[in-house]
Amino acid sequence: MTATVTETTGPVPVARAYRFELVKLLAQWRIRLLLLACWLAPALFVAVVSQQSSLPVDTLFGRWMNVTGWAGPLVMLGFAGTYALPLLTSVVAGDVFASEDRLGTWRHLLVAVRSYRRIFVAKALASLTVILALVVGLAVSSAAGGVLAVGDRPLVGLDGHLLAPADAAGQVLLAWTCVLAPTLALAAIGLLGSVALGRSPMGLLLPAVIALTMQLAQMLPLPVAVRLALPSYAFIAWNGLFTSPAQLGPLLIGIGVSLVWAVTATTLAYRLFLRRDFTSSTYDGSGRRAITAGALPLLGLAGLTVAILAAATPALGSGIDQDKVQRSVATAFAHLYRLQTGQLHRPDVTEAQLGVTAECTKGGGLNAAEGPGNDWRCVVYWRLPGIEATGSAIYQLDVTADGRFVADGDGPKEVNGYFQVRTPTGDEPNPLWQFDGNVELLPTHPKG
Amino acid sequence: MDEPLAVRARGITKYFGDVIALDCVDLAVAPGQIHGLVGPNGAGKTTLLGLLLGLAAADEGSLEILGTPVGRALAAPGGVTGFVDGPGLYPSLTARQNLAALAALRGPGAQTAGIGEVLDQVGLTEVADDRVRGFSLGMRQRLGLAAALLTKPRLLVLDEPSNGLDPAGKKQVHGVLNRLAADGATVVLSSHRMDDLEALCSEVTILAAGRVVFSGPLGKLSAENRELDYRLRTSDPGAARRLALETPSVGVVESTDAGPWRDAEVVVVRAPVPALDELVARLVRADVAVRELAPVVSPLEAAFLALTEQRETGR
Repeated sequence: MTATVTETTGPVPVARAYRFELVKLLAQWRIRLLLLACWLAPALFVAVVSQQSSLPVDTLFGRWMNVTGWAGPLVMLGFAGTYALPLLTSVVAGDVFASEDRLGTWRHLLVAVRSYRRIFVAKALASLTVILALVVGLAVSSAAGGVLAVGDRPLVGLDGHLLAPADAAGQVLLAWTCVLAPTLALAAIGLLGSVALGRSPMGLLLPAVIALTMQLAQMLPLPVAVRLALPSYAFIAWNGLFTSPAQLGPLLIGIGVSLVWAVTATTLAYRLFLRRDFTSSTYDGSGRRAITAGALPLLGLAGLTVAILAAATPALGSGIDQDKVQRSVATAFAHLYRLQTGQLHRPDVTEAQLGVTAECTKGGGLNAAEGPGNDWRCVVYWRLPGIEATGSAIYQLDVTADGRFVADGDGPKEVNGYFQVRTPTGDEPNPLWQFDGNVELLPTHPKG
Repeated sequence: MDEPLAVRARGITKYFGDVIALDCVDLAVAPGQIHGLVGPNGAGKTTLLGLLLGLAAADEGSLEILGTPVGRALAAPGGVTGFVDGPGLYPSLTARQNLAALAALRGPGAQTAGIGEVLDQVGLTEVADDRVRGFSLGMRQRLGLAAALLTKPRLLVLDEPSNGLDPAGKKQVHGVLNRLAADGATVVLSSHRMDDLEALCSEVTILAAGRVVFSGPLGKLSAENRELDYRLRTSDPGAARRLALETPSVGVVESTDAGPWRDAEVVVVRAPVPALDELVARLVRADVAVRELAPVVSPLEAAFLALTEQRETGR
């Protein structure tokens, strides 16, 4: 051996530690499998489903999957926000610290890097990089699958207005970009769980469990201020990008809340990491510390956010009232009526000429017309130029607590019944038969 | 010019809650020395090795490593490497990838040993591209040593490096450590294998319940006026037995005590070193050929047992 003595000094630079962490992450078969799945499976799923006669109409934009390729990535986005992203962040961020506990490599890493701070930063950045690659994979793959299988065609928005293909592509990109914020929040919770709970499986599951809990909370009739104070709301709020004008208020609040959660949870994880005892090779986390230094501050943050939002926006109710529902239904009907008119080769009319109005009741008029429920009923009225009589159509509405609704045509069947319409791209269901819509939960002021 | 000690610890005390893991430990290790740490389980060996690696800081006392005072965790100077509680390896990477990742971590300026070179030194060239997941404990130990060699250490700290090694692997590891020490690096290692320590170490420190009960050259242990059992194989066992009984301070251990060494040609004698010298002289004068004279239990093991048992009974 020719061991000439050389000095290695100081902690390892973050860039090198980051590369080291990335190499370790990418060497894991499950991460490779996830990357492969995220870059291939969405394209296959969207391409196959788009060709089916039975579409996932329960999912937002699912009913448009065989009409435009831009519906596919939005269906995937809905699925990702509910299942994929919480699970992906669990597997990556929820394990990035715990894996060293499992392998018993902390001491090796500390001796090699010589800096707690740099190890933390490198691990956080490496897991973030992998999560980003997974999210980009889901978005690109599903968009490619949709556009290749169905085509680069206009997309019908949530208020029925038509987005040109370029606009649809831009909005799809923006929607996926927006969900990076709640994904970051879940990733930060994953880091916190991984640091706080060590080898315990709960650390790995934490982002998924918290995401599931928040999703359940979003299904409950909570006050809007509470709903918006949860970082998971940004997984829903992107819906507002597909109305005209866009419902930016809830979206920006959701993104802001998510980023605050991301910063807070990362800071808590960092503080816990610095205080950890690395002298034991079998660290199973500290339950008490996980609660006092992890869970309680986040609960405090949620409470503080609710208080701030309640004070800043008078949004203590459900956010769903008769006036908003009527406006949303009328707007969507007007846009879709124009679409139907075009498809049926009738003379074009404008929304202003139609003058659509809606009268909505809930529970047959016995209940107060507010809040979520599947007992909303709306009668839509419109006029056509040169015709004295006023047209009317009935819709049954299922309004969910997050403001989304599905309107189901209840006659007359010539207007909103089920029939196929021949279009240049093939036969499609009557656009007025069933449609999705969205009620903005924050207080709004109607124009004019 | 006086070269500073590789390790100088004075009055090191380390607590884990209410437990005193190290109690006023002094340690001095000269450069180029292979120094052994011995002690029963829970004696504080791993804690002390962890302090040398900079994984934790002492609660009391002073510690200098390679001439640099160390007062906080992760503050060990450059050139210190090694492992405690087994080498830290990533099972999803191959042996070569583990080393390459570590080399990349250190940066191009610090890498002075080639990956192929260190793999060859520890005898893992043939499995260099196999994933570590399938490695035996002995192979992992050797790869851990290779990882340490990669950084050209000035102080190498190893916790039980002989665990799981077969005789060939042990020989290879011993060769590496001896060459490293010959080139001026210092090695501090712990082991429960007394034969390893005797083969490798010039000095040892025996710890018991967090305290140093002996520290110094191995020779000092056997030179101390302590009776040991020796296997004596001669050309005339009967004469040898008679002469042993006649020699002052020499006793003959009955064959039932000799255990696996029971042999008609072997006499087991119990004697301090000076009395043993006298017995050998008498055998030579009586024309009895001495074919083998070796301790039944190594001086280090005997001292270890004596010192630690003494400590236990004294508590």
